[in-house]
Amino acid sequence: MTATGTRSDALVIDRLVTEYPIRGGLFSRRIGTVQAVSGVSLRIPAGQTFGLVGETGCGKSTLGRTVVRLVDAQSGSVRLGDAEISSLGKSAFRSVRRRIQLVFQDPYASLNPRLSVGAILAEPLIVHGLHTGRRQERVRELLELVGLDPAHASRFPLEFSGGQRQRIGIARALAVEPEVLVLDEPVSALDVSVQAGILNLLDDLQREFGLTYLFIAHDLSVVRHLSHEVGVMYLGTIVEQGPVDEVYENPLHPYTRALLSAVPIADPRIERGRERIVLRGDVPSPANPPSGCRFRTRCWKATDLCAAETPQPRLLDNRLVACHHTD
Amino acid sequence: MSTGTASAGQISGTRAMLRRFRHHRLALAGTVVLVLLVVACFGATWIAPAKQGVQDLALGPTAPSWAHLLGTDELGRDYLSELLYAGRMSLAIGFFVAVVATVVGTAVGAVAGYVGGVVGEVIMRLTDLFLIVPAIAILALALNGLGSSPVTIVLVLSGISWTYIARVVRSQVLSLREKEFIDAAKVTGTSTARILVRHMLPNLAGIITVNISLAAASAIIVESTLSFLGFGVQPPRTSWGNMLSQASGLVGTPQVYLLYFPGLFILVTVLCVNFIGDGLRDALDPQGRQL
Repeated sequence: MTATGTRSDALVIDRLVTEYPIRGGLFSRRIGTVQAVSGVSLRIPAGQTFGLVGETGCGKSTLGRTVVRLVDAQSGSVRLGDAEISSLGKSAFRSVRRRIQLVFQDPYASLNPRLSVGAILAEPLIVHGLHTGRRQERVRELLELVGLDPAHASRFPLEFSGGQRQRIGIARALAVEPEVLVLDEPVSALDVSVQAGILNLLDDLQREFGLTYLFIAHDLSVVRHLSHEVGVMYLGTIVEQGPVDEVYENPLHPYTRALLSAVPIADPRIERGRERIVLRGDVPSPANPPSGCRFRTRCWKATDLCAAETPQPRLLDNRLVACHHTD
Repeated sequence: MSTGTASAGQISGTRAMLRRFRHHRLALAGTVVLVLLVVACFGATWIAPAKQGVQDLALGPTAPSWAHLLGTDELGRDYLSELLYAGRMSLAIGFFVAVVATVVGTAVGAVAGYVGGVVGEVIMRLTDLFLIVPAIAILALALNGLGSSPVTIVLVLSGISWTYIARVVRSQVLSLREKEFIDAAKVTGTSTARILVRHMLPNLAGIITVNISLAAASAIIVESTLSFLGFGVQPPRTSWGNMLSQASGLVGTPQVYLLYFPGLFILVTVLCVNFIGDGLRDALDPQGRQL
């Protein structure tokens, strides 16, 4: 949606909606709907990183899972290069599958404890019929690529640390040589000391293979380090998106401002002097979102207009902002 | 969570598993005893002191002696030999019931758990049905109608016990289905069949082995019970169950001790099988302690 000129886009998401049914009562009837993702649009130029930030429960992980088809979209579209993938049938999608992969948040849960690392990394090769005849060699290459000892292929996940496991998770995603990686909070489960190593690895891999990243995180500083563009998500919608430095240095949406004001600055003089925005209340239930602007219940700028009309994203200062009161 | 086997160097999964099993003493003892028992029973033709069913009416019932280690019955047959021959039937029934029930139960439970929906519900209501009917009565009725050939006995006993395994496997699959590594396999593009076999099955190995041992042990016991009631293995075929049943007629006579021998064989077999099951379950868990 941002005016990025003629560069080819690796991933284009257009008005994507993902819903979960709420079931209950006798025979698990559908008694309601949670719209986890409510019309998200974004595009990522090839070789770049789009950082998606937001609080827990804002729908950012669901967006990532929808993009790789772990969850089916209600409406909207996901385009991978020239291929529209959200409407493909299961078997047709299989051929496109290897072009987009997901790195999971929890490296302890995302590796099968009963399979050796070699078996975990060989599986994508077997499933897609890649590197027939030299799979063991390819597994060793992959381990080396993510900075692990190729001799450890016969070990089991429990013999590795969290950071090492996440490297294995990244190697698994890379095994099928994808174009786009969805990184679902890839470092949030790791010790801070280990996070930097993984982020540098992701950075190196992007440079080496020209990978495109959709980087999902709740940690603003982590996103800033890696992203070219950033989108801020609140209750299923992107409230502001644009080039990372501009959004971070001059946030326009009230929610972005509140989020950024909560990030500590490592300089006590600035830290003392700056404005601190503390939001009132909690995030409303996504099963019953507020009318109009979804952020209005916690916004200090909210007026009657915000309740009556949903703000559409407007191009402002080189970015898209969905707010009635951006002055 | 650091590398646990750094000192042990590189060890393969199978070798680590065997090592964990060897350190499970009861399981090891159980294996040794069961192997001896199996060899003695199936090699009875060569090992047993007497040929099967050879009577010595002149000798009649005698107490255990060096000539007849467990004594002889009222027809003068060597009781130890008879027990070894009968063991073939009991062990085979236990083995085959365990295999059939486990294969069927695992397949049905895995599909019901993974696919879920209406299919899963129907399958589970069916297994509920098996749980509420009085099993012994149904078995007796079925065997009465179908005849008590060994194959029928195996099929009927399997028909009852697969439901237990199906339930356990289904509940395990239901929880495994939500694991992130299953999502990871889906993202990779792994087919449902491959997910079930490559990702689910190894994680079910523990409960499946325990269930194999439980099913084998209970099949041997249930067969004995049925034989005792007259619905099990029919003479002239012998099993520990119908030997027990015949010996029960000796209550009140000096030979009442004959009752204990088939009972003892059943007890020892069932214990061994259970110990082995325990040991295998622990050995199959890579998160089990490294020894």
